[in-house]
Amino acid sequence: MITLTHYLVLSGILFSIGLAGVMRRTNLLMLFFSTEILLNAVNVGFVAVSKYYGDLTGQMFAFFIIAVAASEAAVGLGLLILWYKRNGSVDLTSLQMMKG
Amino acid sequence: MYEVIAFYIFSALTIGLFTVVVMSKNALYAMSALAGGMIFISGFFFILGAEFLGVVQITVYSGAIMALYAFGMMFFDTTRDVKENIRCKKIAYTLSILSSILLIVILCAPLFSQNIEALYPSIQNAGNIQMIGLVLFTKYLVPFELAAIMLLAAMIAGIVLASKKMEMNLEIDEEFEEAKDVK
Repeated sequence: MITLTHYLVLSGILFSIGLAGVMRRTNLLMLFFSTEILLNAVNVGFVAVSKYYGDLTGQMFAFFIIAVAASEAAVGLGLLILWYKRNGSVDLTSLQMMKG
Repeated sequence: MYEVIAFYIFSALTIGLFTVVVMSKNALYAMSALAGGMIFISGFFFILGAEFLGVVQITVYSGAIMALYAFGMMFFDTTRDVKENIRCKKIAYTLSILSSILLIVILCAPLFSQNIEALYPSIQNAGNIQMIGLVLFTKYLVPFELAAIMLLAAMIAGIVLASKKMEMNLEIDEEFEEAKDVK
């Protein structure tokens, strides 16, 4: 029998994979991928809590998180393309200097 | 029984694919693995009886966001391996220890809090999509409309940012190559 704890542990594992990615990666595109993993891990936890407590709030929250993720991807990718055109690199170290 | 088998298969596949995303050196492999992981995440939503969210996950994440990334990656050189020079090991270790402590606290929190009450309890003899419609258009109407405005603003921002200096893409790249040669 799968209980709520199973889902929460899975959500925690996925979240730590995403955290490891955020800390390990220096390529900005890969950092975006890692943030998507973080958001998905949280979504799994929300939907599991919503199912096991018979409450719809978790599903609503996951729905809004998906909306936020979509807009974040759009704006972030636009900024990334602009930065690549200006600098020729999407590495995090190229962001350290603010030359104006 | 089927729920148990499906849960373990989906969790193994998701963890494996997301590990590939985090560890892979090739950006194209990472993106494909991420798209696959998203689809398996929607499998969890179907197991949990949240059909609407599962469908939204497939269409929005695997469809829209992954297509957006695929188009965005046309601007970057994806055939080359991603070069990453990782410095400051000390900071990384300190951060990982701190975040692991935080994760343990977060994971233990639901075990101690048994007093969660359903604010909007599920309605009997109504499907998942019907219930979501009822809650979304009554209690969460204002956040829903705000999310719509936010998506519109994000769409306009994405178009404006990506289309800026679209015609002088190649020249800037050549200039950059020359500057690198000079160095």
